[in-house]
Amino acid sequence: MNNQKSLQEIENEIVDEFSMFDDWLDKYEYLIELGKALKDYPEEKKTDDRLVKGCQSRVWIDFQMKDGRIFFNADSDAIITKGIISLLIKIYSGRTPEEILSSDFSVVERIGLKENLSPTRANGLVSMIAMIREIAAENR
Amino acid sequence: MDLADFRKQFPALERKVYGKNLVYFDNAATIQRPACVIGLWDRLAVDSNANIHRAVHKLADEATEAYEQARLRVKDFINAASREEIVFTSGATASINLVAYSFGEKFVGRGDEIIVSAAEHHSDIVPWQLLCERKGAVLKVIPVDDSGHLDLNALEKLCSPRTRLAAVTHISNVLGLVNPVEEITRICHSRGVKVLIDGAQGIVHSKVDVTAIGCDFYAFSGHKVYAVPGTGVLYGRKELLDMMPPFMSGGEMVGTVSFSGTTFAPLPLKFEAGTQNFTGEATLRPALDLAEKINSDKELAGYIDGVRDYLYDSLLSFPGLKMFGTTDNLEEKIPLFSFCIDGVHHEDLALLLDKMGIAVRSGQMCAEPLMDRFGVTGMLRVSLAPYNTMEEAEYFMKSLARAVSMLK
Repeated sequence: MNNQKSLQEIENEIVDEFSMFDDWLDKYEYLIELGKALKDYPEEKKTDDRLVKGCQSRVWIDFQMKDGRIFFNADSDAIITKGIISLLIKIYSGRTPEEILSSDFSVVERIGLKENLSPTRANGLVSMIAMIREIAAENR
Repeated sequence: MDLADFRKQFPALERKVYGKNLVYFDNAATIQRPACVIGLWDRLAVDSNANIHRAVHKLADEATEAYEQARLRVKDFINAASREEIVFTSGATASINLVAYSFGEKFVGRGDEIIVSAAEHHSDIVPWQLLCERKGAVLKVIPVDDSGHLDLNALEKLCSPRTRLAAVTHISNVLGLVNPVEEITRICHSRGVKVLIDGAQGIVHSKVDVTAIGCDFYAFSGHKVYAVPGTGVLYGRKELLDMMPPFMSGGEMVGTVSFSGTTFAPLPLKFEAGTQNFTGEATLRPALDLAEKINSDKELAGYIDGVRDYLYDSLLSFPGLKMFGTTDNLEEKIPLFSFCIDGVHHEDLALLLDKMGIAVRSGQMCAEPLMDRFGVTGMLRVSLAPYNTMEEAEYFMKSLARAVSMLK
């Protein structure tokens, strides 16, 4: 517990990481790498109840509870979307429901992600966050 | 016409996105507007803003004149028989809805049939589905083959004594192939079936002559052919329009109104209820003037064909790329290419290309049945206009290769 970074620390780290890139293409490149690294989402869990509604590409989010913490897993058929969900997982997986619900998710604005997505993608991002929050609320 | 000079007519082409020169390859969604159109739109809004047709004052006179001149321009451009056959609408979708409702009300009953093609835009499917639901009619579909061509033999078989109308696109917004609309009309008419052509893309890329085509209706939007958004046209044969009941009712479209009954204005005003987009529709005049200039400029046409041929060949030889809408005869292909690349999501490509300054379209392109036909969830589409250049096409191919290598 003590050696785990706080949610805020992780968020700040991500913001720092993103600010290293000047060009948005480089930021996308980073998201693509994150997307490629997100693996092992089982095919049989690509079900409608795990599908995030409101995304142009398909995104599935699954989770497991362990010691009062939520561990997320996700997949998408589009790699940049997968990178985005992977980023969210990096921040919010392994947190307690209370921690997740206390976050204002402003990290996505701080890295400029929301403005740099097309409106449909931005809606998708909002939907992903909503689903993460929903899972947290249901497992409080 | 010199291409550099021609491009200067479009102020939007000079802008940059993310610090890069804009390469606008989403022209099938909407085309950029020339200064002459923007100028007229602006001038009418400032100098001649008055409601049309009714008032006797000077401003109303000018506004009415601009609106009606545009109608005459449309009539000449598509070679309609008279101005009564040109109804202004808010766009191709509104035009098709007008026919689906009004023609449907008059001529379609229980057990009758409507035909559409598998390559239609949702705007040329859903209004017919709703009509069929209202009337208990049946919707039938002309299939497309693997190359994206309509199966005209199937059309002949689909036409029955109960078929009232066939609605077919002039050029599919996904496949970019010019359909043989004259032949389609001939087949349908020989069986007593009326024909509506969705000309949303056709009006931009081919010489449209409704008299030569012989169709009963032709629908298009202004914003795809250099005019402003919220404008459009329904061409309809006078004989049919006269028989059809009003679609929407209210001001402007009446003859006399009393509580014992109302008579309707003569064509085309019968179908133009309410205050029209008069400053908008008026821009169809300079827009179509420009379109005609482009159509008759052989040098420009040759250049566009060269860019089209280059992109067609380059895309077809791109590793893992599958194009939808292919042909041995490039004469029937407009510079519009929809495709998928193995192992790469179309949306990812569109996002990366955007950051390289290139505007393209990704997704289902309002043609889900066609996506299902080809077994894909979406495609990437590049659609060019006469102002696009070979340099842009080459930059696009390089950028596409770069985007794919980033994603793979």
